[in-house]
Amino acid sequence: MGINYIQPGFIVLRDQNRCIRCRVCERQCSNEVHRYDEDDNIMLADESGCVDCQRCVSLCPTHALAITENPNHLRQNANWSNQLIYENYRQAESGGMLLSAMGNPLPFPVYWDKILLNASQVTNPSIDPLREPMETRVSLGSKPKRLEIENGILKTKLPVNLQLNVPIMFSAMSYGSISKNAHESLARAATELGTYYNTGEGGLHEDFYKYGSNTIVQVASGRFGVHSGYLMAGSAIEIKMGQGAKPGIGGHLPSGKVKEDVSRTRMIPMGSDAISPAPHHDIYSIEDLRQLVYSLKEATRYTKPVFVKIAAVHNVAAIASGIARSGADVIVIDGFRGGTGAAPTRIRDNVGIPIELALAAVDQRLRDEGIRNDVSVVVAGSIRCASDAVKAIALGADACYIGTAALLALGCHLCRDCHSGKCNWGIATQRPELVKRLNPEIGYKRLVNLVSAWDHEIKEMMGGMGINAIDSLRGNRLMLRGVGINEKELQILGIKHAGE
Amino acid sequence: MKKVFAIEEFCLACHLCEYNCAFSHSGMKDMVKAYKSGFQPARIQVEESGEINFALNCRHCSDPVCMKACITGSISRGEDGVIRVDTNKCVGCWTCVMTCPYGAVVRGRGDRKVALKCDLCTESGNTPACVEGCPNRALVFEERGDD
Repeated sequence: MGINYIQPGFIVLRDQNRCIRCRVCERQCSNEVHRYDEDDNIMLADESGCVDCQRCVSLCPTHALAITENPNHLRQNANWSNQLIYENYRQAESGGMLLSAMGNPLPFPVYWDKILLNASQVTNPSIDPLREPMETRVSLGSKPKRLEIENGILKTKLPVNLQLNVPIMFSAMSYGSISKNAHESLARAATELGTYYNTGEGGLHEDFYKYGSNTIVQVASGRFGVHSGYLMAGSAIEIKMGQGAKPGIGGHLPSGKVKEDVSRTRMIPMGSDAISPAPHHDIYSIEDLRQLVYSLKEATRYTKPVFVKIAAVHNVAAIASGIARSGADVIVIDGFRGGTGAAPTRIRDNVGIPIELALAAVDQRLRDEGIRNDVSVVVAGSIRCASDAVKAIALGADACYIGTAALLALGCHLCRDCHSGKCNWGIATQRPELVKRLNPEIGYKRLVNLVSAWDHEIKEMMGGMGINAIDSLRGNRLMLRGVGINEKELQILGIKHAGE
Repeated sequence: MKKVFAIEEFCLACHLCEYNCAFSHSGMKDMVKAYKSGFQPARIQVEESGEINFALNCRHCSDPVCMKACITGSISRGEDGVIRVDTNKCVGCWTCVMTCPYGAVVRGRGDRKVALKCDLCTESGNTPACVEGCPNRALVFEERGDD
């Protein structure tokens, strides 16, 4: 090894006065940063593998540890950031594409933070959700244009809809990209909450068929793990056309993660790379998409709503209009800040558009074309908290998917090293000794707590606006005002500026 | 009676139970201070072999061999079913250490050369420290009927 161009990103600060040499940090670090020196009875560190996952800090019984940015800096340059320089060094060494994980970390505008909610004062009463009924149930799917009632009996045949107790679902994260224990936590939490989790494109593990009434099964370009039993097992089917973190490209589960169980679930040989092609090779038009939508409906005897998920890209409104006409029941739009287990860095950080703008554009387009009731709209791609969800619903979404927030509940510290497969929190890994670190008994409860807490907050915010049902909030853009954004952005979002 | 049980499936082999045990029995308020004044050995041990690991402590047997073997009568069963060592009577002959089929009795260090074993933290009245501090709920304190 010649010159060491790349310096560690982080350093370990250890208070030797507090360290009791219990070696928990050493045992818990899959990157082998910490080590014990017997001669001097002291803990030492080599930070070159440190990803700042905070596992050691969280388990240190005497709070002797802190991880901080490496104070070593290249000469300041507003154009060439340290990170860019290091990335070029890395590529000069490897000759390969850069890989990254989780959502886009760059400082693009977050429109949720530039939108403010309304509240009732004097002329209209606010509602106290602790004293009065408050409705956050949502039904997803196509709604009939009109209802025919004969002698007090409903004659119209209602399309199949999914019933959610909360307007939050867990987004698609495949078994393979995340561990079995993470999947079990999501499945059990969705069941207890009365909502849904999504299998992602990795198939459904045989142990999880029992959670089928709270499962959305995904069909993606690789068709991994798809068979008739799988399609029938879930409550809905999602066709994944694109993903916010990596629009326009497929997926790649490295062979190292394709262990026995993953291989059986995905129906591919053990130790083979699981490569999802960039396009669905049978879909080159809305008409082709319609064929797949109806093939899936036919295969499931028209008992399951079909979702179509796309990444938010430049022409999203027109694409969504096509999807609504393809027979899909739900359109899922995934914004450019959405997470991933692995994506080429340049794609993750530079492709796609913000979910706020995409959602506003899609909802408006569908309304203008009179087809908004034919589909439900679900948004994903960095819904970070209850107020993001409330703003999304007021912009026109029926419900939200959360992925990153759900992983945070399971212990994720957003170190963005998922693609290494060495997740110290037992989430994005298939190594048995790491997977067991996530106890689903603890994990599912934390997910239930998180979503229940959000639901309380959603009700509180709705109550403040004098709204007692989430259906009255949907598309109610008068409840939103923009701050610090320009005329064009306000126009696309369909909202007024604060003070107007 | 309620006992400590290990759930092997979720044991991380982090050994925190051992440190929490030693700290809780030190009678001190600060873990760093307790460590510096010399921890006694933990009364729970993580057994490790390859991918399998779990923490093991006294099973509080219904027919305890350690109690039968004790030459000074310092091991007894309380009314609550907990097997305890009277460290004032113990002479440190280690017969109990040799007879315990689980290896759950350990030898005290320094000026306390007496047998030490799990007392389920009954003195503190709290949930056993090993259970309380386990980061992955791989130790549980529960009633599972007679052994």
